[in-house]
Order: sequence, then C-alpha cells, then structure tokens
Amino acid sequence: MTYIRKEDQKVVGTRPIRPDGADKVTGRAAFGADFSLPGMLFGRVKRSPHAHARIKSIDTSKARALAGVKAVVTAEDFPDIKSEEAFVGEGPMNFRDLSRNCMARGKALYEGHAVAAVAAISPSVAEAALDLIVVEYEILPHVIDVEAAMAPNAPLLHDDMLTQGVEPKATKPSNVAKRVSFALGDVAAGFKQAEIVVEGRYTTKPVHQAYIEPHACVAAVAGDGQATVWTSSQGQFMVRAYCAKLLGMEVADIRVTPAEIGGGFGGKTLVYLEPVALALSKKSGRPVKMVMNREEVFRATGPTSGSAMTVKIGATKDGKITAAQAELKYQAGAFAGSPIGPGCMCAFAMYDIANVSIVGYDVVSNRPKVAAYRAPGAPISSFAVESLVDELARKLKMDPLALREKNAAKNGTKAAYGPTLQNIGYLETVEAAKNHPHYKTKLGKNQGRGVASGFWFNIGGESSAACHVNEDGSVVVTTGNPDIGGTRASQAIMAAEVLGIPVEHVRPTIADTASIGYSFMTGGSRVTFATGMAVVQATEGVVEELKKRAAQIWDISPEAVTWQDGAAHPAGDNAGKFEPLSIGDIAIKSAKTGGPIGAKASINAQGAGPGFATHICDVEVDPETGHVKILRYTAVQDVGRAIHPSYVEGQIQGGVTQGVGWALNEEYVYDRDGKLENPGFLDYRVPVASDMPMIEAVMVEVPNPRHPYGAKGVGEVPIVPPMAAVANAIRDAIGIRMPDLPMSPPKLRAAIDAK
Amino acid sequence: MPRVTITGSACRPYLGDLTELEVEATTVRRLILELDRRFPGLGKQVEESMAIAIDGEIYQDAYQATLGADSEICLLPKIGGG
Amino acid sequence: MSKHHITTTINGEATEFLAEPQQTLLDVLRDNLNLTGSKEGCSSGDCGACSVILDGALVCSCLTLAVEAEGRTVTTIEGIATGEKLHPLQQKFLEHAALQCGFCTPGFLVAAKALLDRDPNPSETDIRYWLAGNLCRCTGYDKIVRAVQDAAAEMRGARR
Repeated sequence: MTYIRKEDQKVVGTRPIRPDGADKVTGRAAFGADFSLPGMLFGRVKRSPHAHARIKSIDTSKARALAGVKAVVTAEDFPDIKSEEAFVGEGPMNFRDLSRNCMARGKALYEGHAVAAVAAISPSVAEAALDLIVVEYEILPHVIDVEAAMAPNAPLLHDDMLTQGVEPKATKPSNVAKRVSFALGDVAAGFKQAEIVVEGRYTTKPVHQAYIEPHACVAAVAGDGQATVWTSSQGQFMVRAYCAKLLGMEVADIRVTPAEIGGGFGGKTLVYLEPVALALSKKSGRPVKMVMNREEVFRATGPTSGSAMTVKIGATKDGKITAAQAELKYQAGAFAGSPIGPGCMCAFAMYDIANVSIVGYDVVSNRPKVAAYRAPGAPISSFAVESLVDELARKLKMDPLALREKNAAKNGTKAAYGPTLQNIGYLETVEAAKNHPHYKTKLGKNQGRGVASGFWFNIGGESSAACHVNEDGSVVVTTGNPDIGGTRASQAIMAAEVLGIPVEHVRPTIADTASIGYSFMTGGSRVTFATGMAVVQATEGVVEELKKRAAQIWDISPEAVTWQDGAAHPAGDNAGKFEPLSIGDIAIKSAKTGGPIGAKASINAQGAGPGFATHICDVEVDPETGHVKILRYTAVQDVGRAIHPSYVEGQIQGGVTQGVGWALNEEYVYDRDGKLENPGFLDYRVPVASDMPMIEAVMVEVPNPRHPYGAKGVGEVPIVPPMAAVANAIRDAIGIRMPDLPMSPPKLRAAIDAK
Repeated sequence: MPRVTITGSACRPYLGDLTELEVEATTVRRLILELDRRFPGLGKQVEESMAIAIDGEIYQDAYQATLGADSEICLLPKIGGG
Repeated sequence: MSKHHITTTINGEATEFLAEPQQTLLDVLRDNLNLTGSKEGCSSGDCGACSVILDGALVCSCLTLAVEAEGRTVTTIEGIATGEKLHPLQQKFLEHAALQCGFCTPGFLVAAKALLDRDPNPSETDIRYWLAGNLCRCTGYDKIVRAVQDAAAEMRGARR
C-alpha cells in the first residue's frame, strides 16, 4: 500500500452524510434490545445483595416449579475453568475470572454479582422467579477503597492471590494482584540535579463508561448444538471466543451477529449476558433474550479504576525536568486486571525526561470487575501528573504551555516506556494551543484557565475486509468491526478514494462471524486505522481486477491499462484509442470476463501512531455553591489525517465531555455495607447539554506514513487531559488545588471554607 | 547484532536485573525463539504479553517484522484500549 | 393480571392494544407494537432515550403507564418524518454529524421537535436547557445543538 499525500486526496477529508445515518435518525436501526425471535423467552439475573459473601447454598426448586419458567442456571451449569490467561480482548483476560464474573462460584465478590439466572415466558414471570430462588449467604467483611484493600488486615477476596512482581516472592495472600515498575535512567541522581522539587498526592474515584444503551442480547441454541447470538458489543469475534471458552463450546458452533451498538467506550469489550443467555437457551431449548436495566449496569458491569497516587517531579530553575517519579495504586474490582500497566506507561509519555521511575499496583476490592474505559489507565495517571506539572509551572513562574514546550517529547525522544518516538505531533499541539485565540482571552472574577496534555498509544491489530462490485457498478465494503463512532463513513470514504467513485456509491456493511474473516474488536482507536487499511487493500485488489477485465474487453495487455477517476483508461497512445470504461461498464460484463469482481484482505495492522493532545479549559467557580461552570474548551489533537473531519471532531468533543464528567461529578457512592447508593443517572451525574459550552476541536495533522491516508487513532486521546485541565483551571480561578476527584460542589465548598 | 532493551518489570522473573541484551535475530520470530532458548519461558512471555517497538514503531503479534542490525528494539507490555 | 384494552392514536394512526396495568407506554410501544425506535436507557426518566410526545407534551414514555395513552395522541420517532421525507431536524442531524452511536438520537429528535413546535427561535441556552433531559455520551452535545439551531433557522425560513 502506498501512502497518498494529502494534496492528492479527493474524498478523504470531506464530510459526506454517513451511509447508515437515515436508519439512525428514523428509529429503524436495530440495537441489542430491538431484536426478537419467535418463541423467545426472557432471561433475568439474580444478583448478590451483599458486597462480600460466601455462597453456602442456592435452592432453585421453587423457581423451577413456577408456571412459565423454562430454565434456571447457576455456576453448576458452567465449566469450572482453571486459571487461563489469553490476550483475546482489550487486555490480558483470565478466563477463570471472566467466568466467575459472569456467574459467581463459591463467593459473591460485589453487590450485584450474578449468582443465578432464569428464563421465562415473560419478563414479569422471570422477575417473580428470581424472588423464589433462595440463596444462603455467609456475609463477610468487605473492602472497597484501594488503600484500605492494601492494608495488612484487609478482608481478603481471593485466598490464592499472591502478589506477582515482588521480590522476595509473596507467600501470604493479599488483595494486591501484582506490582509493576518502569524505570529510565537514574531517578535519585536526577532529583539531586533538580533545583526545584514538587510533590503531590492525588485520588480518583471509579467512574463508569455510562453508555446510554444497557447490555442486551438474544441467544439461541438449536437442537444440533449450533448457537446464534445477536448482541450489542464492541466485537462479535470476541463474544464468540469468550462464549466458547466460558461454555466449553466450539468456536465453530457459535455465530455472532453484531447489533448496532449504543455506546461502548471499552465497557462492551467483554461479555456479561451472552454466556448466561446461551446456557439458558441450551437448557430450555428456546431462544432467550436478556437485557440489563440501568441499575444492573451500574451494580454489575465494569467501570474503570479508582486510584490513589503520589507523584514527584524535579526540575532545574530554567524549567528542564530532570527527574520524575510516581507510585500508582489502581483498583481492579473483584478480579485482577486494572489498567495499571498503561497507566504507568502513559503517565509521563508527553515529556522528554532522562530519569523516570514509576511503580504501580493492581489491587482487588469488592466492586464490579473493572473493564476498559477509553485510554484505560491513562486519564487517571495524567490527572495526577498534569496537575503536578501545573504546580511546577507556578513554582517556576513559567507559563504552563511554555513549560510543556521546553520538555516536550519530539521525534527522537526516548519515551519513558522504552522506544524512541517517531512521527509524533505533540509539540505541534502545544504550539497550536499557545497560538490559539482562546489562550489570550481575558478572564474575570472567579474565572480561571487550565491547560493539560495527554497521550495514548493507539493499536493496530487483525482486521478483515471484503470489497465486491455490484452489476450496476456500486460497491459493497464488508468488515467485521461494529461501528461505534462513524467508521462506516470513513470506510466508504477510503474505498471511494481508491476507486475514484462518488462516496454515495459505496455501501459499507458489518458482517457476522460466519460472513467475514476474523477481526479484532472495535476499540483501541484502531478501526479507521487498521480496518481502514484492510478496506484500502481490498479495494486496491478490486482495482487490479477491474483493470484486468478492461484489458479483456479491449483485448489488450493488462499492463496497458490504468485506473483513474473511477474508470479504466488505456495507458498511453500505444495501447490503443479506447473510450474509458467506468466501473459500471466493466461490472455489467463481469460474467463474460471471468466472473464476479471482488477482493478481500486480512491483515494484522502494525505501526499505529500514538496520539497526543493539549487542552485549554476556562472555568468559573461559584464560591457560594461550589459549582464549577465550563466557560470555554479548546481541544487540540494530532489526528494524523482526519478521514471524515466531522466524526473526528465528534470523538474529540465526546471524549472531552466524558473527562469533564469524570472531573466534576461522576463517582460511585457506597453505604457502610458496600452497597451502591447511586445506580442511576439521577445521582450518577454525567454531563448534560446545559453543562457544556461548544467544544472547539482543533485537528493538527502529522500524518502516519504507515496508513495509506496518514490516519492515526483518535478516539481515546481526548479523554486523557480534561480532568487535569479542569483542576488546573479551578486552581487558577480560586487559588485552591483540588487533588481528589470528583471536584463536586460539596468538595469545593469544603475546600473554600477550609481556606 | 540487534540490541534489545526491556522496559518495565514483566520480564524480571526470567531476566532478573538485566534490562539490555544482544540477540542474534533478523525477525521477531527468531528473536522470540532465541530469547526462549537462552531464558526458558521468556519466549512465551514475550509472545503472549509483550509488544515490540522497532525503531519507534510498535508491533504486536508480528513474527514477520524484521530487525535490522542497528535497529532500536524495545520490549514493552502489550497494549489494549477501550 | 387482566389486561386493559386501549384505543389511541400513534403517529397519526388509530391504534389499539392490550396492556397489563403495570406496563409502561415504552414497553407497549417496543414489545407490543414493534415501534422499537424509542429506547430504554434507564427506566427512571433520567436519560430521555424514551422521549415521546403525548398530546403535545414531551414525556418520558418509561414513566408513562400504557393505560394513560387511552384516547390520546402519541408521536414517536417513527412519526417525525413525513413518509420518506426526513424532517429538517433529522436532515440537519445527519449533515452536522450530530450522532455517533445513534442510541440517544430518537429521544433527542423528539425532544427537539417538541421544542421547535413551541419556540421556533430558541437561543443556544434555551436549546441546551430544553435538551438537558436527554443524555448523550458520545457527542458532547456540540453538534446536536448546532443541528437544532440550523433546523430551526431552516424551518423559520420555510415559513416566510
């Protein structure tokens, strides 16, 4: 694949209406809960009311006897998987843990943990059946806060959890699943060099991805053991693989069709209901539909980690950072697997620092198992680091953007996580922010401005695409990646660019697991990059085929044909005087020239370029109420190349808004028994339209030469800077540093009173 | 001969304090086999849970990626996303 | 549980259905009438994904009992377009890319229509506060507000 320069791109960079748009604005698009099958039963899950308890017995007899109940399952209906880890999803996944998360075995590890499930002829019969299941619990002491879970006498979740990554090897079980560390240079020497040292302690609360669509699926196991699943998820192949593993079924016997997905942000990169629905379908002999309600989504699905962090940075008086150190403790929920690794690796990634030491802990506690959330781990550590960098700027009496400029990672900088960075656009985002009119506007009383930067790796991965030509010359592009942000639009654009045809003639579709080659899930900001590459490759294959067919029609050699502007042309005067043949002209003769015209590509895309961003946030604090109003927000990001600029802007604006919610209001509130008090959108307060101003997304383009059009992943970076940007703005507005998230009105009031 | 640096603590059970080593290999596949020959078990660790950055570009699951004699090669934990 | 026979008008069509007393209007729309455009996001009236217009008033159908629809008119997302012709709001949402996953979109379109039906020239603040009952997690609301402003302008122009 060759890299096409921006100047030569005709369709890439335009803003056509997305091909799947009409269905979405008319209510026709089918999401997870919109699907039904004849004879379908309704499944409901019985969940633990206790944060930590041993399950002594489960008596399902009365439930099974209720009229209309067709099946009841517990952990006994699932294979008892021994510990087995695989990198199938968005992070290493331990299948034993995943299985026990879907259906508790032996212990309930959080309030909301699934302990049994029923399938019945109506949702109300299923609900009634849940009440008839008698579970005998032995309530155990629970622990939620990450540092409390690390304390020596903390209640133990798993008596076989020995901390990995410590020396000497751990012999006593604890709640610390593992310790990781990253180091560069000599941090002690670096601090000796420093003339100014700043330190800070920061905490964040767990937050949920809060997708508006609750989890939903329909599963049907036929008499011959062939299963079909309709589900809203970020990856139909992931669902197939996980279900096969958890149920002891063959991958070949499960076919998963992706529904439209109503938001994921990482929270739908694993399974909760699908294995249970399959087990119920198998037992009852009928299709089973399962839909979570909002309470269940909060009580039982994975949010991201809460954390406790300490950071220390040293610099010389001219602002050059000589040493940086951090200790990060991340909450994993009931099973190991917080994003502590990426959290550590991203913390200082924007900077060129010779001496760095980062230590991280993955700690379990009695909460739902953590799932990925947009740049997992990075927003948390960046909140701490970017808040402290702001303090450093103040101590140095330096402009915070100038400080970042002085220490910016550039091409050739050795990243704290190892490699030397290439083709990055961080400095460009700092420059663009510095020169933006926003940065120069005046502020009033109780108003303040904060800046912060962010980084995310972005990934490539396995993608499959097929492109074939219809008899009328229109083109179908098929991929295996659910569309959560408008990727069908960018795929249509890229295919149209390669073929030289109007984008309206391209029909992108998303196929089920039996109809397209394997594709790694939608996440990691990879679809426009990696699946886009597969689409381009497949489409280029079609172009080669079209040229061969034109050669046949003209009865000349294929080398004598070129493809331009959607048509085949003779390559020069020597080839012969032929009128160009359009895609339609060639398609109509496809039977005569060899058969249907199509090509496919299956790749493992490498070379995904990392993303950098710099944000500017203005706030106004009401000292009487502690309310923080976002006055203005500018987000500058290196996007590589915006294939469809509107959807790139959309990703930036959406990520910023989630970050603002994380900064100001979102948190889980627990009572003394470890039960969640705010499992709904009234008290789990996400930003609403009146909370936000217009968000200016400034797209800087430092192309990634590995992608034919220069694209870099864009979806995750935007959520990394906002928390620190808001915290720094509050500091600027009222002179108070808020080190604990969320910075909600009661906390601000308390801080203002204390001052 | 390509020089490989290891970032982070994931390989410590196999390498101890060693964070840099020279490995005779021209592809990632060869690298994994070599590492496993010299430090049994490390090959599997690298194959399943590590990414490889070659001259600044990150590769995950890429046997065929080539290593030049002067390439900068870093092993780091695999990266996911959300 | 005996069912009630309800007669109502939905999207301009006379409609009858049987409803259990505890069923919400949202349940009936989705499960009995196959109008799955209205979505269930929270069942507590906090997200607006189930928004419908009941006798001219914007309501959450998850907080409305199905039996309350007796003798009244209901407009859902399926009734916003005129046959195949999209409403200006729908068209502007597409042009402005005011949707990403699209799950909240039906609720927003119904709510925005209810706004423009009563106020053809809302300010940005008016729009943001009116739509504060509809949650979107994907877009950050920027393009939604712009789409509503643009649709309002077009509809005012068309009226002249």
